[in-house]
This record gives sequence, structure tokens and C-alpha cells, in this order.
Amino acid sequence: MMLSRVAEGLYWIGRYIERAEDTARLLEVHINAMLEDPWVDESAACKDVLRVMGLAEASVDPTAAGTSRKLAFARDETSSICGALIAARENARGVREALSSELWECLNATYHTLDAQEASSERYGPFGFLRYVRERAATFTGLVDTSMPRDDGWRFLVLGRSLERVDMTTRLLWVRGGRGSGPSWTELLKCCSAYEAYLRTYRSAVDPDRVVEFLVLDRLFPRSIFAALTQAESCLAGLDPTAGRTGVGDEARRLLGRARTDLEFRRAADLYDDLPVLLDGLQRTCAESGDAVADRYFHYSASTSWAREAG
Amino acid sequence: MTTVADLFDGYAVGAAWDEVFDTELRPRSSAQGLYDALSVLSAEDLHGRSVALARAFRDQGITFSLSGEERPFPLDLVPRLVPALEWDEIERGVVQRVRTLEAFLADLADVGQVLLDGIVPRSLVLSSAAYCRAAYGIKPANGVRVHVSGIDLVRDEQGRFRVLEDNLRTPSGVSYVLENRRAMARAFPELLASHRVRPVTEYPARLLAALRAAAPAGVDEPNVVVLTPGVYNSAYFEHTLLARSMGVQLVEGRDLTCRDNTVWMRTTAGTQRVDVLYRRIDDDFLDPLHFRSDTVVGCPGLVNAARAGRVTIANAVGNGVADDKLLYTYVPDLIRYYLGEEPVLPNVETFRLEDPDVLEHALARRDELVWKPVDGSGGKGLVIGTQATEETLMDLDALVRADPRGWIAQRVLQLSTSPTHVGDRLRPRHIDLRPFAVNDGERVWVLPGGLTRVALPEGSLVVNSSQGGGSKDTWVEAGPEAPVAHDLQSPGRLARTAIRKPASGRPISPGPTRQDQQQ
Repeated sequence: MMLSRVAEGLYWIGRYIERAEDTARLLEVHINAMLEDPWVDESAACKDVLRVMGLAEASVDPTAAGTSRKLAFARDETSSICGALIAARENARGVREALSSELWECLNATYHTLDAQEASSERYGPFGFLRYVRERAATFTGLVDTSMPRDDGWRFLVLGRSLERVDMTTRLLWVRGGRGSGPSWTELLKCCSAYEAYLRTYRSAVDPDRVVEFLVLDRLFPRSIFAALTQAESCLAGLDPTAGRTGVGDEARRLLGRARTDLEFRRAADLYDDLPVLLDGLQRTCAESGDAVADRYFHYSASTSWAREAG
Repeated sequence: MTTVADLFDGYAVGAAWDEVFDTELRPRSSAQGLYDALSVLSAEDLHGRSVALARAFRDQGITFSLSGEERPFPLDLVPRLVPALEWDEIERGVVQRVRTLEAFLADLADVGQVLLDGIVPRSLVLSSAAYCRAAYGIKPANGVRVHVSGIDLVRDEQGRFRVLEDNLRTPSGVSYVLENRRAMARAFPELLASHRVRPVTEYPARLLAALRAAAPAGVDEPNVVVLTPGVYNSAYFEHTLLARSMGVQLVEGRDLTCRDNTVWMRTTAGTQRVDVLYRRIDDDFLDPLHFRSDTVVGCPGLVNAARAGRVTIANAVGNGVADDKLLYTYVPDLIRYYLGEEPVLPNVETFRLEDPDVLEHALARRDELVWKPVDGSGGKGLVIGTQATEETLMDLDALVRADPRGWIAQRVLQLSTSPTHVGDRLRPRHIDLRPFAVNDGERVWVLPGGLTRVALPEGSLVVNSSQGGGSKDTWVEAGPEAPVAHDLQSPGRLARTAIRKPASGRPISPGPTRQDQQQ
């Protein structure tokens, strides 16, 4: 049992840190590709990235520098790295007593270095900052792993992280798979730290079918959509110990479970052709299950409880 | 604020060709962009980036071992530019050279027509330290023996590229090419962004494709491995990088065993057959049955397995005879003999010392020449006459007279210079270039760029990493059109993916909306 407000705070901390990390990965690979490939259409590639990240492309200068400034440092947008880190720390401030002091310190210290990071990024380019973000996120993840009891608080945090991971990986695939342009398949794998794991698994040149298969279906790779869905489901199962003998009562869990089984029993060969529809469905699942979690745990009022009792 | 005008203060152009400035100290037109980009920098700026670069190399473990000690291979912040037209010539020259030396090696492993025709003396081949009887009669599956080569080039006083030596055994350094680009993109993004540079990232995929293509006949899904002497080898970092970026196993000799002319590796799931062995071990240590018997770095039986056609050793056994430095002097003749073409890239003028008259002539002016042992690599045993003490030259005289076949002498060529970050200034330092070529049997592909090594001590002409050398990122100017990467995937695969553009069913309008916390 825990306060809804605290649960919501933890859930969003999980989401925002994952978002900051994934955005940093995406940006790093994206900028690197712009730099290393002299033939790339910079403006189109930047617009792709901004669009997929849910940022209005019109307001941004579609260059590598403009895109990275927007995605890294737009503090008033939680789609940017800084925005997400600030929001995570803001949430942590509100639920400080529920976090271990190391976790709080990790988020707070990160927050206080953002100005200096932005200044140094202006001078030397964004790579130092992006690396810093990945390292801070890894520290955070390590502290969650070693300093939080596996209680409901941990479940909400990891649930937030897992849903965000599904969301972000879907977006990444969207940049490429939905349109057939954008970053190369190799870059896509690198975004997810999956390139080397992929090479060890398939031992041959990067092939679109297999990349999609790996990022969507791989059971052993922790950043695949399948793995993240499974993780989210198991958090929800832990939160709801009253599960009945038949069916799954929890709406979020039902949505995620359906999405997961849909992937699980799909023919890998069809994956690539079905990708646009599949990604669309996964995005919807993420949004709806997020809403369902919020409905059930974060802000149900007495009256809705009554209604359920009556129903 | 110090600007680049100060950074270049006192920069002098001597007899050597400078890559950035002409003799009047005006930036060459091809280097104007580089000069302009540097001119907005201050000394602290340069210093800050150098420190970041050095730290990144240390953290990533990009090192080479010198007498057992791990050292970083310093990367200079100022890249070396190669205009598209110059690269075109280099590429043609390297391809020509590799094709010629492949033909020569194939010929030697067969009837040796080139010896019968008297183009190269038989005695030269037989007296080469690297000549290897065991190589005779081994027929590689796709005919390739020089899967990977590094052709060392220098630029003379007139700016002409010349071949200094061929490396056909286990040339190293390509990992620095890959890592240098990555590091430069991070430390100096705006400089890279202001130039159009051909990418180097496809090297591992090209190498893997070439190794797979070299698999023994009848093997569809070849098991490719990289064979390393182990963590104490000076190029161990490179071995790990190549294995990792190709996604193949990095094995040591003790992981392998040969049975019935087949090579196996020991795994937790039992033994697994090895089909292609990209070995980074010298012939001498490869197989104690045929070479040195006092070593355990390799694995007994490899050469027999290769002869039986059950495993492909890349690069092939016995390639050393073709990069013997005395044979080097015959390569222009070999190009005419095998290809009927004139050499694209000339050699450096070299004395063949087996002729007593030439020997006397050369020794008489020994203090004006460079002396190299024919089988040395990494600058080992090299004596630069103009910079050597009288004592060294006396010793040299005795050594060369005792073994004229074992040495060559060349004129001291002033390698070209490039601005290099030294202290808080940019100073001219001598550089060379090692382009890497990968031969998959269909075509010889040259990695656009290659390793530019720089001799950091003032006036030094020795660029080897073991002798205080550093490196520079090599930026080959990109043409307007991207080359078609038509040969990276197998044809079947390509055809399939080409048709299988994602069915653009519904238009994906503005993009997914972002779910956010409700406040």
C-alpha cells in the first residue's frame, strides 16, 4: 500500500529518466551520422527525428546543431533531455521520503550540473553532455537496483521505465521503418546499444528483417520491445496480488499482455512488412495502458470507486 | 585571445612538401577550409580538446603495447586532408599493386612463370627470410591470398605520392582509423561538419564479407574467427575491436585444435568447426609443425588443414616473400609483367646491394642514405644516414657487407609535413599514409582514408608508433554522389530487400503524440 501521489511520482521518475537516456542515445547516433556521412540530407533527417520525438518541427532550425539544441536543452519540453531530467528531479522532490537518499542525490546533483553542461556543450559540442546523461542514467539504474526494496514503489518506477522504453523503441523504429528513410539500420541498433549484441547473434551484415526482429522480438536483449513489455507486465502483476482465477482484471495488464502475445506468436518473417501497423498499435497500447495505470492507481476518486462497487 | 595566427607563429616550410601551406606560406586551396576552421580557435580551445581526446582514448583502452606497457597512440587534432582527385590516384595505385602482388604469389605457388621468364631472380625468392616452402601448392578457395593489405605511401618533395613498402602479412593500424574518426567527431564536431569526408565505418562489414567469401568450397554459413597471439601483443586492442565489430569470436591458439585436417574451437557446447581464420599471428608462430616448434601461440596442424582445403587462413601463409623489401624494387616490373600497365604510384629510388658495384657506390655515401633490413617491420633496424653517428655507420658498413642481400638503401626522402599540435602551437611534422585494401576475390576495395602516422619529435622521419609516433585522422574529400554499396550484401538478400520497401499503408501523419505527466 502506498499513496497514489507517491506512486505516480515514482512512475514518472522512471519514465523521465528512461526518456532522457534514450533521447541522449538517439541524439548521439543521429549527430554522429550527420557528421560521418557526407551525403546525408541534413534537413530531412533532422525533421524525421524531431517529428518522431513529438517535437514541433516548424519551430526548430532543421540542422544538426538546431536539432541537438532543441532535443538536448529545451527545458520547458519534457521531450528534451534537460526537460525530462528536470521533471524527474521535480517528481523526486515531491516523493523524497520514498526514495533512498542516494537516489535523490543522484537526480539532484544531475539537475545542478545542467547549466555547466549546457555551457560546455556550446563550446565543445554536445557529445560530452550526451555521454554524461547516459552515465547518470546508468548510475540511477544501478542505485535503483541496489538500494530499493522490491516493493510497490520499485514496481511503479520500473513500470514507468518499461513503458517508456517500449514507447521510445517504437519511435526509433518509426524514424526508419515507417518511412524507409532516416538513420541506417546500423545506427538504429547503436541507439539501443544493440549493435554489438546483434552482430554476435547473427554474425553477418546488418539486414533490415533481422534488425526489426532483434529490436522487437529478441527475448534475451533487455532493450527489445518484447523484453520491456514482459517487464511492465510483471510489475503490474506484482501490484495486483488479487488476480482472479480467470482472465486478467487489470486493464493495463490486459492491454500489455495482448500486445506481448501478439508479438510472441507472430511469424518473424511477417514482421518487417507489418511494421507500420505494428508500430502504430504499440504506440496506442503504450498510451492506453499508461492511461489505465493512471486511472486505476493515481487519481481514482471516491465516486469512481463507488461506481465500481455498484457495478 | 590567441588566434590561429599565433598558433602558426614561426611555422616554417622547409624542403618537404607541406600539406597545408605552399612555399610562400599561403594555405593551399584544398586546405583553405581547414585553415579557416582552425582560425577561430584559441590555444586553450585546442588544448581543451586535446585533453578530452587523450582521456577518451585512455578510457576506451585504445592503446598499443610497448615492451609490455600499455600506451595510448596519440591522435593529433589537425586532420590530414586528401582531395578527391589525389585519392583517386592513390586508390588506383593501391588496387594495381595488390592485384599484381596477388598474381605474383599465385604464380609462385604454382609453376613460377615469373622466375622462368627471368623477371625476378629465383635466388631472390629462395633467399627471402619469409619464403615458405609450405605455401607451395596451397590453393585458396576463392584465389585470394592478400585479403588485407596496408600499402605504405609517402609524399616526396614535389608532392608526389610514392610507395614506401608493401605489407601483405598482418598489417595493423586499421583500428586507429576507425577510432580516430569517432574521436574526432566527438572532440571537434564543427570541424568535421565543415568538411565533406568519406566515412570509414564500413570497414568491418567489408572485411567480414571478404572473409566469408574466402570460406572453403561448400561451406554456406562459414564460422569466421580472429586469431590473436593474446593480450600481450602490441596490437591486441585492434584484434578485439575487429572481432567485436564483426561479431565473431576472438580466439587464441590454445582455444583451437586440429583433427583430421579440420580446425576446431573448444566451446561450452562442445567443439565447433572453424572455416575461416583471420590470423593476426606471424607465419613463424602459426603452426609449430611447419614453422618454429618452440611456440604455443599458434596451433599445430593449421597449415595442413589449409592445404587440405578445410580451412582458409587469411592472410595466406607465405605472403612475406612478396613484401620483402628487395622484392619491392621489382614491383614496378611485376606490374608491367602481370597487368601490362604502367605503375600508377612510383617507388622510392632504391639500391639493390647484391651488385658489388652498387654496394660500393652506396656505402661510399652511406651517410646520405636510409638503410633498411629487408625483412624488418615497424622501423626495426632502420638507419638514417643523415642522422646517424659515425659509430652507427661503421657498424652498419660491417653488417651490410656481411649480408648485402639482407639490406636495401634508399635516398633520404623528406616526407611531407602537416601542421601538428605541439605544446601550444601548430608545428610542421613529417607524416606518411597507410591505406588499407580488402580483397574479397571480386574486387579490391580500398578504405577511403587510411592511417596517417606522424613523427612527433621535431625533424624526425620515423613515424612508427613504437618510435614516438602519433596519428592523424585522414579525411578523404567526398564526391557529390554517394558510392553505391552494391556489393556488401549477397545478391539474393539485396534483391529481396530492394522490393521489400515497407508497405506504406497509412500515411503516418504528424508523428506519435507524446504522453506526458498531467500536472
